[in-house]
Formats: sequence, C-alpha cells, structure tokens
Amino acid sequence: MYDSLNQIIKEEKEKKTPFWKLVQLDDCHESETTVKESMSEVMRVYTAMKDSVINYDSSLKSQSGLVGGNGEKIRRRLNKRQMICGDFIGTVIEKALKVSESNACMKRIVAAPTAGSCGVVPAVLISLQEKEGFSDEKMCEALYVAAGIGGVIASKASISGAQHGCQAEIGAASSMAAGAAVYLYGGDGSDIANAAALALKNLLGLACDPVAGLVEVPCVKRNVMGAVNAITSADLTLAGIKSKIPADEVFEAMNKIGRNMNADIKETAEGGLAATKTGNRIKESIKIK
Amino acid sequence: MNLFDIIGPIMIGPSSSHTAGAVKIGNVARRLLGEDVKKAEIYFMGSFLSTGKGHGTDRAIVAGLLGLAVDDDGIPNSFEIAEKRKMKFTIKAGEDVEGHPNAVRMKLIGVSGRKIEVMGNSVGGGRIEICEMDGVETSFSAEAPTLIIQNEDKPGYVAEITPILVKEHVNIATMQLHRRKRGTIAVMVIECDQEIPDSCIKALKKLDGVLEVVYLSMRGLE
Ligand code: SF4
Repeated sequence: MYDSLNQIIKEEKEKKTPFWKLVQLDDCHESETTVKESMSEVMRVYTAMKDSVINYDSSLKSQSGLVGGNGEKIRRRLNKRQMICGDFIGTVIEKALKVSESNACMKRIVAAPTAGSCGVVPAVLISLQEKEGFSDEKMCEALYVAAGIGGVIASKASISGAQHGCQAEIGAASSMAAGAAVYLYGGDGSDIANAAALALKNLLGLACDPVAGLVEVPCVKRNVMGAVNAITSADLTLAGIKSKIPADEVFEAMNKIGRNMNADIKETAEGGLAATKTGNRIKESIKIK
Repeated sequence: MNLFDIIGPIMIGPSSSHTAGAVKIGNVARRLLGEDVKKAEIYFMGSFLSTGKGHGTDRAIVAGLLGLAVDDDGIPNSFEIAEKRKMKFTIKAGEDVEGHPNAVRMKLIGVSGRKIEVMGNSVGGGRIEICEMDGVETSFSAEAPTLIIQNEDKPGYVAEITPILVKEHVNIATMQLHRRKRGTIAVMVIECDQEIPDSCIKALKKLDGVLEVVYLSMRGLE
C-alpha cells in the first residue's frame, strides 16, 4: 500500500504507468495475487456496489426505527423533475441515501472505506457511469484509484471514526470518490490528488457523534454530503482550480486534527449530536430491554 | 491492510466492528469447535452490550455460529435459521473485561457433545481477535491458518512440535505460548503461511503430552 500520493504521481511519470495500474500492481505484489485475480475481485466489489443500489427496499426500517425510506422520497421528487440541484446531483443524492439506508437496515453493502460511509463512492461512481456510459472495466480502474487514495489516507492518518472522527470516514470516502471521478474524465495523478485534497479539506475536523452509538444519525445524511462534495471537488479540479495545500499534507493535517479531537466525538456517542437533548432522548427510547 | 480492506469488505450492515466483526467471531468459534453448534451461551460485554441490539450484533453472532459468511443475506434472519437447524442459544450480559471494549464470550456445545469456551474481541474494520480459549489467554486474528495445541506444560515440547511443521515445509508466521499455571496445561498458538496437511495434524496429535490439537483452516474461505 502506498503511503504518499506524491510517490504515486512520481512513479506515474517515471514508469509511464497510470495511477490505477500502480495501485493494482502494488496490491498484487503485497497480497501475492495475480493481476487477473485482483481485477475480478474488484469487479465483484463494483457489482456488489451496484446491487446495493438496485436492492434498496424503501419499506425497511433500521433496528432502531430511526432510518429508512428516504431514498424513495428523493426518487419521487426526481421523477417529478423537481430537484433544485438538477437531475444528476439528484441521482447522486438518491444513491447515497439508498446505499447507506440499506446498510442501516442490515442489507448487503461494500464498506468503502467503512460501512458508515458506504454510500459515498457508489453514489458518485455509479451515477457517473449512468451519465457517461463508461465501461465496467473503466469503473474498476476508478475503484483502484479510490482505493489508492484511501490507502494513503489510512497510512498517513486513519480510516476509522473511532480513531480520527468522521473526517476519517465520510471525509476519506469523499476524497476517494473525488479522485476516482476525476480519473474517469481523463485526469492524471496530479489531478486525482488535487481532487482528493479539495474534497478532504472541506471535511477536516468533522466529528463522529452517532446518536445512541448507531450508524444511522447523522451517518446516512452525511453520505449525501460526502458524495456531492466529491462531485464539486472533481468539477473544480477539471476546471483547472488548484488546491493550494497538496493532498499528502491535507492527510497529515487530518491526522493531527484527529489526534487532538476529544474522545467524546470519536464514535463513543458521548459528545456532539449524540449528547444533545434529543440525541439522549432517542438513546433512552431505544434502550435494549 | 490491503486494497480490499479499503474498498471492502462486502458485508451485511450496519457496522464493520459490531456486525461483520461479530459474524466473524461466531464463525471462528464454530470452526474452533470443529462441528455444528448444538447449544450456545452468549455473553455480550462492553459496547457489544450497550449498542449491540441496534447494530444487529445478536443476530450477527448467531449467524456466525451457524457458519454464515459476513455477506450472507441470512444474517438478519439468523434466529429463525437457528430454530430451523435446532441450534439453541441464550444471550445475556457478561462481565466486562478490561482492554476488550467490543467483546463476546461463548460457551459452545457441539452436536457430538464437544465443548469449548471462546472469547472474541472486535478490533475495528471487521478485524477480530480471539482473546481467550478454554480459560487460557490467547491472541490471534484467525486470518491465517492457525494451529492451537494444548499440551502438558513440560520442558522441551516446543522443540518436539516445530520439526513436524518444518518437515512439511510449513512456514511459521507467528508463535505464541500461553499457560494456565506453571506445570499444568500450556497452549501454543501457531499462525502459518500455508495450510497444514492432515498428516501433520495427525502426527501432532500422537505426540506424547499433547492433549488436544485444533486446526483453523482457511480452506473454503475467501
Ligand atoms: S458519524 Fe461516525 S459512525 Fe457515522 S459515518 Fe461518521 S464516522 Fe461513521
């Protein structure tokens, strides 16, 4: 696993090998698998992501009853062409909700990088495939790009809310999705890193404060924000707008912020939204008998 | 960590630690038992106890004990599946153990009457640790082929066991020694890079002083 995006960018130039391929070869080397095996496993992951959207069931409620049915509400509004943000962002929102609600309702999802943030990457990637007609192979390449970014974040900081707050989950997912989106539009390593940096910068310091300790509130709606943030970061990048702080340094900043965060906003459900009056009331009302 | 820890695992939600991790712990416990579970006493501790219900940890553990994988659609219905397969279980609060915030203790009885007591801890991202087996402290992830050997605690047993593995070209990745009390029962946990041939396990079982050999194979798993 690479521990710096700069390193990938450097090798991309030196070896004349694209970003995604470097990530793939590196993983094959470390896990002692063949390129073919790796590719078919990534395809299995992408298929599972698509299935997690298709298999959405709007009648389901989570175990606590807090979550369910919202993806369908956006779909209805989309059908009436009422979305203020337009149809494309509308479908991104819809998918982010559907996948993360499915997660809360014990359906099959792909943790990317975590179960709590599972809606971001599929919402961005699948919506772009629908819009542009990219092949599944191309989408798998984009997933390698996403994984490469996530791997660097994991080694420079963390991809766990318990360690670094929600910036490490929704933040990392958004950064991964932004880079992958830029790749689909022809971006090279520098563009990918730029989008990854822009996306994460917006989410630095985000608390992990799940109400009653469950991956439901605010997690589901934060997936929407993470996905839309990835799209805007990709568009900024493709317009030639540069992040003044390079991606690797953004990840390092996230690490420092994460270390300084109080334990009460690191998945312990003792601070932030979890500790609000309503958050506490919800917690009491769903106590295990 | 590899690539499929970043874009993966494919799993039933909602939580990698409280759902997928719990399925894995149940699964490993069943494989340590070596047969179908007939009866299980399950004790939740720490945040498994406080937030487990909302994360489906109870259904996840039972699913694991039934042998379901982390991405099996049957996980939410595991209680019903257990009833159909006549696996009895109880779930209660256990006593907290320091250093193990997401833990579960299981007392299992298999279909042939074999008994085992296992404690597992979910350490994040769906990764787990088996931290106790039959009252002896252990620490293994169950992500590599693992041998657990119980033997009489006497000098020289390590020197007797390792050559048997070496002869079969099995590479030892890690090795831990634990014991209940000096001079009673010792437990050796060996994590290997390759699968261990049956012949090797038979040879280990025949060794003088070896009381029990449990082999956790990765065959048939991803
Ligand atoms: S609030 Fe915490 S549990 Fe929810 S998505 Fe963010 S990091 Fe995950």
